[in-house]
Amino acid sequence: MRHEVRFSGFGGQGIILSAVILGRAAVMYDGNYAVQTQVYGPEARGGASMSAVIIDDEPILYPKVTDPDIFVIMSQEGYEKYGVHAKENAMMVLDSSLVHSRPACRYIEIPATREAKQTLGRDIVANIIMLGALVKVTRVVREEAIEKAILDSVPKGTESLNLKAMKLGFELAEKGKIQ
Amino acid sequence: MQGNTACAEGALAAGCRFFGGYPITPSTEVAEHMAAKLPRVGGVFIQMEDEIAGIASVIGASWTGARAMTATSGPGFSLMMENIGFAVMTETPCVLVNIQRGGPSTGQPTMSAQADMLQCRFGSHGDYSIIALSPASVQEMFELTVDAFNLADRFRVPVFLMADEIIGHMRERIEIPDSVPREERKILPKGTPPFRADEGMIPGFPQFGKGYGVHVTGLTHDERGYPCATSPSLHEDLVKRLVAKVESARHEIADYRVTNPEAEVVFITYGSPARTVEQVLHDHPDERIGHLRFRVVWPFPEKALDKFPDAKVFLVPEQNLGQIAREIERHTCIPVVPLPRFGGALHTPAELEKAVEAWR
Amino acid sequence: MTYSDWLRVDRLPHIYCAGCGNGTVINCTLNAVDRMGWKKEETVFVSGIGCSSRAPGYIVTDSLHTTHGRALAFATGIKMANPELHVVVFTGDGDLAAIGGNHFIHSCRRNIDLTVVCMNNQIYGMTGGQGSPTTPRGALSTTTPYGSQEPAFDLCELASAAGANFVSRWTSYHVKELTRSIHQGLGVPGFSFIEALVQCPTNYGRRNKFRQVMDQVEYFKTHGILVQKAHRLRDEGLPIPADAILLGDMVRRDRPAMGVKR
Repeated sequence: MRHEVRFSGFGGQGIILSAVILGRAAVMYDGNYAVQTQVYGPEARGGASMSAVIIDDEPILYPKVTDPDIFVIMSQEGYEKYGVHAKENAMMVLDSSLVHSRPACRYIEIPATREAKQTLGRDIVANIIMLGALVKVTRVVREEAIEKAILDSVPKGTESLNLKAMKLGFELAEKGKIQ
Repeated sequence: MQGNTACAEGALAAGCRFFGGYPITPSTEVAEHMAAKLPRVGGVFIQMEDEIAGIASVIGASWTGARAMTATSGPGFSLMMENIGFAVMTETPCVLVNIQRGGPSTGQPTMSAQADMLQCRFGSHGDYSIIALSPASVQEMFELTVDAFNLADRFRVPVFLMADEIIGHMRERIEIPDSVPREERKILPKGTPPFRADEGMIPGFPQFGKGYGVHVTGLTHDERGYPCATSPSLHEDLVKRLVAKVESARHEIADYRVTNPEAEVVFITYGSPARTVEQVLHDHPDERIGHLRFRVVWPFPEKALDKFPDAKVFLVPEQNLGQIAREIERHTCIPVVPLPRFGGALHTPAELEKAVEAWR
Repeated sequence: MTYSDWLRVDRLPHIYCAGCGNGTVINCTLNAVDRMGWKKEETVFVSGIGCSSRAPGYIVTDSLHTTHGRALAFATGIKMANPELHVVVFTGDGDLAAIGGNHFIHSCRRNIDLTVVCMNNQIYGMTGGQGSPTTPRGALSTTTPYGSQEPAFDLCELASAAGANFVSRWTSYHVKELTRSIHQGLGVPGFSFIEALVQCPTNYGRRNKFRQVMDQVEYFKTHGILVQKAHRLRDEGLPIPADAILLGDMVRRDRPAMGVKR
């Protein structure tokens, strides 16, 4: 079953890393196939950044996302550029602290950036909160798989912070309502 | 693993021990990975002052016997052109990776293109021939980089890995083998003139520091390596040999994949557009659409076209205005339809399905 | 052994004009190399394009005659890939300071263990006498028919500012001193730069009032002053003649170097 996951936000939020972690979880710990691609501009910070992961139990031929069924949106500009045309049966996880529009498709509000700052004291882990919420809501990879992939990918010394962020994402998703 | 990282891993597995280059998007990850890994295996990474110096240092290192490479993209590739001709003329084995981006000029630094395919073949001045490979997956970034080193050493020519940004920056599953095949440079027997070619037209390699006392020059030279730039016959013989040593072996060097050889409508691809075609074939298993995918683009293996005896059209999706379509046209009487898609986007399956419809 | 053991005899005669100063510099360099006791199979000569750059073709060791201006980049690859090799670069003023200027300053900055001998004839000799970055202001060339309007580079100042470990200047008149300085440079770990002013009777002298070969050599002799003397004059508040050629070892230091034989 092919899943197309699109992440969008602004440069510096870890949009590309999120996709890399998700792809890693699928390939290394769930034994599936995944392809990760990205669109980015020349700027290292700011701008609308987009990355994508395709997860499938068969080898993936066409590597680009055409019609995503899952969205993770972390900025208003990212929503307008990459989220606004989401098809009706898609699922969108949006950072309600930064995105004020709401899509026509199913969605769940996760105040990731606010929670990262207020609960964990570091807004840098907002993307990991979103990843946790994404996995809880969509089951696109297993929880153990995303945990291992996060531990592989984050800088040494930040493991426990990132695991806390992931678990916070799980909780927020459980508490939240799919609209 | 990312395509650019897989390329660097392929180089390391092939025994590459020298990287000289200059950072440029979207190829930089190749240099970064080599910078991290080469010192740990006794190799040398050096960031040069520009791409001209990058390729120059690679050629210098190659003469000491090292497997050596550089990686770049459009603007840097343009800067390298003169020294690529020097590597051709001096028969220096070396590997150049070009992660193609949109041009001309600075163009689209972060977006994919395949618009340097003719530049890699013809970009330096004078008549010559080279080898160019084109990977269509992260796995092939690894495998074809290994092949590039073997071909460079075997034919004593610059070999180009002409990837595109999509493949360079894509991450997907890869299997890295425990060991890779390795073809060594043929050694020059002592006492033989260093540029005397045998029947295979490829002279043995007189490595620096081994007592050959070889003079290597970009000037037209005789079999001793001595400059002799005013003899028409010497120049003609030398240039003809430099071209023939690659072109006469083109069916040996050829590396392509054939799907549905009985098809009437046939796609011809290399690099990332191959992925779209594979998707179209997968989604329409009953329609018998043909696919010829080149892993080696230069020297052009025109006999591959004969694998499709019933073809009535060749459809050629490329991320350029039809560079290889033009080459295909030279070798066939049936219609060749370029399907250009550029600006950074990849052809979608729907677009290519439409192209097939037009020829039903 | 002597310098003549290093010559590739079957390539002679060479292409240099009668009266050219390049032969003198090649001779001095080979004498210095010979004095180092280096083996031929461990020594590599590298050059770019121009009159000076034909020199490696007349030497029996492995040699690489490269593209215009890029000799130092090629030499960097050789030396970094195999630090066991002794690498000597012949270059000229146009090759080194115009088209190759960037490689020059970066090689000095890296302080890579090369010895660079620059035959500065202040002109593009091989292509018929065009102005170069070291053509003196006012001098005539085919591209400065009304006298050069551009200031000239001081190559030794460039090398020392950019970080070379050894910097020296002599002329084709100062054969003993030049040989000694090249010998010193060969022994210094890191980047050694030796500039040798040479007469070019065919394309510089002929246009610039040096009718005879010896006129320009005589000029080198009479206008050269030791750098130590120039410093003394400066310290004493005395004038240094505007047309003086500063000679001698300018820099000898021990900055960290790259590519040094282990």
